Amino acid sequence: MKRFLGFVKKEFLHIFRDVRTLIILFGIPVVQILLFGFVVSTDLKNAPVAFLDLSKDEMTQKVSDKICSSGFFRRSETLLNYNDIDKVLRKNKTKAVIIFEKDFGRKLISEGKAAISIITDGSEPNMATLITNYITAIVNDFNSELAGSQAAGTFLVQPEVRMFYNPSLKGHFMFVPGVITLIMILICALMTSVTITREKEFGTMEVLLVSPLKPVQIILGKVMPYFLLSFINVIMILLLSWFVFGLPIKGSIVLLLAESMLYILMSLSLGILISTVSKNMQQALFISFVGLMLPTILLSGFIFPIENMPTGYDWVAALMPPRYFIIIIKNIMIKGTGFPYVWKETLILIIFTLVFIGLSIRKFKIRLQ
Amino acid sequence: MRTIFYLIRKEFIQIFRDKFIGRAIFGIPIVQMLLLVPAVTFEIKNVDLCVIDRDMTTESRDLINQLEGSTFFKIRFSTFNEEEANNLLYRDKCDLVMQIPSGFGKETGKGNPGRLLVSANAINAVNAQLSWVYLNGVIRNYNMNIIAENISLQSFTPVPQIQVTNRYWYNELLNYKHYMLPGVLGILILAIGFILAGLNLVKEKESGTIEQINVTPIKKYQFIIAKMVPFLIIGLIDLAIGLTIGKLAFNIPFEGSIAILFLGSAIFLVAVLGLALFISTFSSTQQQFMFTAFFFIIIFVLMSGIFTPLESMPVWAQKFDLINPAAYVMRINRMVMLKGSTFQDVSRELYSLIVIAIVFTALAVNRYRKTV
Repeated sequence: MKRFLGFVKKEFLHIFRDVRTLIILFGIPVVQILLFGFVVSTDLKNAPVAFLDLSKDEMTQKVSDKICSSGFFRRSETLLNYNDIDKVLRKNKTKAVIIFEKDFGRKLISEGKAAISIITDGSEPNMATLITNYITAIVNDFNSELAGSQAAGTFLVQPEVRMFYNPSLKGHFMFVPGVITLIMILICALMTSVTITREKEFGTMEVLLVSPLKPVQIILGKVMPYFLLSFINVIMILLLSWFVFGLPIKGSIVLLLAESMLYILMSLSLGILISTVSKNMQQALFISFVGLMLPTILLSGFIFPIENMPTGYDWVAALMPPRYFIIIIKNIMIKGTGFPYVWKETLILIIFTLVFIGLSIRKFKIRLQ
Repeated sequence: MRTIFYLIRKEFIQIFRDKFIGRAIFGIPIVQMLLLVPAVTFEIKNVDLCVIDRDMTTESRDLINQLEGSTFFKIRFSTFNEEEANNLLYRDKCDLVMQIPSGFGKETGKGNPGRLLVSANAINAVNAQLSWVYLNGVIRNYNMNIIAENISLQSFTPVPQIQVTNRYWYNELLNYKHYMLPGVLGILILAIGFILAGLNLVKEKESGTIEQINVTPIKKYQFIIAKMVPFLIIGLIDLAIGLTIGKLAFNIPFEGSIAILFLGSAIFLVAVLGLALFISTFSSTQQQFMFTAFFFIIIFVLMSGIFTPLESMPVWAQKFDLINPAAYVMRINRMVMLKGSTFQDVSRELYSLIVIAIVFTALAVNRYRKTV
């Protein structure tokens, strides 16, 4: 035990001696959470739209004013003919073109029908559907105003909505848990995989292997300091997201911290596994960064909901540990649910941890080739 | 010139001597492209609905039928107990709970406003808003029917209505693969180029082999160029592989000129490699470099407009994107591949990238010291 403690102390000294890494270690998550809490969002605001008004009358003026005053759109360009549409869209100057047909106002009044067509830039499908939906909704509002003057005395069905758990519809609620999850797994996996391969590459691993320490102790000793540092990191991030983004912690803090520890442990053991399969730091870094970054962003439900993925992908996504942690923190922090609601996810994270550790022990070689 | 050529040859030999890296450089992009590109969609396939119908009249059943008939809504549960419904929402079993209060049919029949209570799970704000918009659409149709009935009873003039039609250009069916592929390709090239080039230099520093080059008459710029060219070539090969996969596996349309696409990515790579080498001159260990690289790459990627629209970002973030090479290459890739934008259309992006590339490379050459 004393031997082991001495080893842990040595590891701590290693880390604290490298002040620059230490600064980066704590600085990066803070800066990134701050940045992305503000930046990553899919809300529609001030999207540029162009108008092609073939009739130019009072009605079209009214409709386009209504669209532009909604706060979602701003007029970027006024087009004169159909050929301009392709030009502005190709230059990325505008996201959509709204076309009023000829004699719009006259037709609307005399025939009771007039047409607007919306052409959106489908190269960004999400934006395109959002814009189409919002403009359609605005025009429909206008329609019921029009009808309202004629259909006075008719009352309609009016829905009232309550947005549960996130009443002001903040994007932060979706993205901050995601960013925490992403940053923690990358940093933890990176740190551990690098420290162990570093010893291999510099040949100091040999020194450790011939020491009376058991392999398990070596690995535990290496992981311990990082476990503590990451835990401090998590607390810092949680405090930040509370103070800066007003992200509540509705559930039990103890449970949240316990789950975070489990997640850190899982990420660290993933790092160990990576280090046992890679021969040098470059390989370890390559796997833990290039290999992990994109799948974590895309398949964990961080930005793109897993429910919407094509069939078969729920199986692939099931293999992404971050996915479960995102569910856990969202449940505990935002909904305030207790352990009975997240026990399944917790169990899965535990299984992942055990599998990673088991594989690393099998792969760990006492002898150097 | 010959010096540079020999140096480049040395780099290539060194890179591919590590069998793992040699395979990973091309293997990781292939696997990730095949796996990730089809995974992503934003569209909501269906909204799971729980209905509490306390009214049980023809009117309320009409409304429910209309909801059921729409493509988005699936009525999963139907209950009379509000607590049970809230519990379903709590456990993520449904997305929306719609409550029709008793007396709904009677009131609307009399021409009074009928109330509906809707509760939505809004943790994912975008999804909640979208399902709310869809629900409103269905209710609006329902309303229009009531209006039409009432008015046609009173008079014969039709209700004036503006009809909205819409088209999605460049991607008629809103195929998300077309949207993701250019993006994922950009990220992979960024990550591979940045990490390989930077680590390569730091590794030489860490193991001391850089000294051997420093004592030779090789010039600073020659050294930097020799460190950049191999990764530039590797990045462009990855681009070619990615495009081939896009064409063969996903049938991505290719509207614009391939030359512009490669030109854009080449300038982008020079910028990225310049920055990587610049950062590596500051770092004394691979670990340090890696954390700094991690910082930059994540910022570049998430702020580039690959996953979330640029317009939704605050103004200061949009200003930052003026120096974010990934944001430019993103736009160039999408514009050229999907919209067939010409050189003129993307010229602003290309010129900006050139400026960034020159600045970063100059910084790298300037910071690199042969003396310790």
